[in-house]
Amino acid sequence: MTAPSPLLLVENLVKNFRGLRAVDGVSFQVNAGDIVALIGPNGAGKTTVFNMIAGSLQPDAGRIELAGRSLAGLRPDQVCRAGVGRTFQLVKPFGNISVEENVVIGALRWTGDVAEARRLAREVLDLLGLADKRRLPARSLTLPDRKCLEVARALATRPKLLLLDEVMAGLRPAETDRMVAIFQRLNRDSGLTIVLIEHVMRAVMALSHRVVVINSGKPVCEGGPAEVVRDPRVLECYLGEEAARC
Amino acid sequence: MRRRIALLALLSAFVLAPLAAGPYLLSVLVVVMYMAYLGQAWNIMMGFAGQLSLGHSLYGGLGAYVTAALFVNWGVPAVLGLPAGIAVAVAAGAVVGALGFRFGVKGVYFALLTIAFAEFTRVLFEHIPSLGGTGGLFLPVGSRDGVDLLRLRGHPLMFYYLILAMAVGAFLLCRRLLACRIGYQWLAVREDQEAAQALGINVFRAKLAAVMLSAGLTAAGGVFFAFYYNTLFPTQAFGMGRSIDIILAPIVGGLGTLFGPILGALILTPLGELITWGTEALGFKAAGLKQLCYGLSLLAIVKFLPDGVWPWLRRRIGFDPADDEEEGT
Repeated sequence: MTAPSPLLLVENLVKNFRGLRAVDGVSFQVNAGDIVALIGPNGAGKTTVFNMIAGSLQPDAGRIELAGRSLAGLRPDQVCRAGVGRTFQLVKPFGNISVEENVVIGALRWTGDVAEARRLAREVLDLLGLADKRRLPARSLTLPDRKCLEVARALATRPKLLLLDEVMAGLRPAETDRMVAIFQRLNRDSGLTIVLIEHVMRAVMALSHRVVVINSGKPVCEGGPAEVVRDPRVLECYLGEEAARC
Repeated sequence: MRRRIALLALLSAFVLAPLAAGPYLLSVLVVVMYMAYLGQAWNIMMGFAGQLSLGHSLYGGLGAYVTAALFVNWGVPAVLGLPAGIAVAVAAGAVVGALGFRFGVKGVYFALLTIAFAEFTRVLFEHIPSLGGTGGLFLPVGSRDGVDLLRLRGHPLMFYYLILAMAVGAFLLCRRLLACRIGYQWLAVREDQEAAQALGINVFRAKLAAVMLSAGLTAAGGVFFAFYYNTLFPTQAFGMGRSIDIILAPIVGGLGTLFGPILGALILTPLGELITWGTEALGFKAAGLKQLCYGLSLLAIVKFLPDGVWPWLRRRIGFDPADDEEEGT
């Protein structure tokens, strides 16, 4: 048996913003069915990596492949149609239309039939606990609910790969656990592959199979969640060199 | 259900209106329907897809001039000239849209672009002698009796029912569009382009579709105008004033709503007539008073009902779409 080709391949990614090298040689692989967390201190370049995968930014160098197919030069809508769903760190709900319509728009990615899209939208809203709020305009939701809506909308596009950008931030621990359980179930039942950027370690530890750590745009280390949090290089990039030594 | 009955009642009132209305009232109702029709066409672009066009006279003027010129110069009947006029306007919409959207011209800057296109088209048409130039293009008025729909010559009643059918048709079309994939895509683009794109929507294509459709519908309205009034001047047909007239009804009635443009036209046109009539009855001439009142009513709307009259009214009379649930289920 040969090794399966990874669902997502990121190789030597580089991105400069004027003089600043925001991402500098980041590489990692995500196999189908994996849950991988991308962590690192603020400003490490995590969201920039996401934006390059999702097509919002074009890398200056490096390779991104989805199931063996290069994503170079694709627009965000083409990357979505290729099977990548994403959420935004700063949530972007369609404020003046209903919660359900928000999700219907996601489902219309794969179907032209609005009734069918609505059926899936209701399923997804049920799953994320937004069913009773589906008639409300999205702007009236609280921040945790808006985060759920971001996830619901992305899920409705039926992605092969889901990119979650800090969806747990601002949630209470109980809500975090519920969200973690939802992703675990999706991962187990439908084989959904997830890459998440997360600061909430409670979620990272519970959810991820593997953790990729980056700092100042450079890769630091990679491994299982338990081994990564004990790695002195990781402690160093969060707390500084001296703290790591003692 | 209640909404459907109310709509049918309103429609019957308009269908039966000629029985009771004299020629003057009928001419006012024609303007109401004409403004309702154009307002709906513009609403597709601004209300649905969120793209502000302040140069919509461009499309109406092109439709009017192309069809009228074909008729005046070569006797081409309106029914054949209409597709030509629409085609030219749609092409113009595609050019404006493609330029603006391809190069990321957004918001007010896009609006400025639409004004610029309307303005230089006005100047262009002022310098085409075969179309009358600044002197205007006049359509020969034939018999005012009879009904010749193919050539759009005939009795005022024919024009009344024609524009009524156009306004109703535009309403049904808009309702259908909002229930389709493209309608949802427009709403997404209006609300947040980046999020729309992340959900797989080709934002450029969705916006272009809105402009082209809106331009085509507006052109048909322009054709109606040309054959109803029989006179065309570049300063009016492509003028800024015409563009402003087009956008008032949907803004007053309620941007992005289906019934808003119709309600806006039902409010503004009679208001304008009332002011004209009132000042004449009082025996003084005040040029621009109508525009002043339009301006004041617009101010009042923006101040007190920023979403427009219809969203407020439908809450008051219990027609809020949020109340009647489960349409598709």
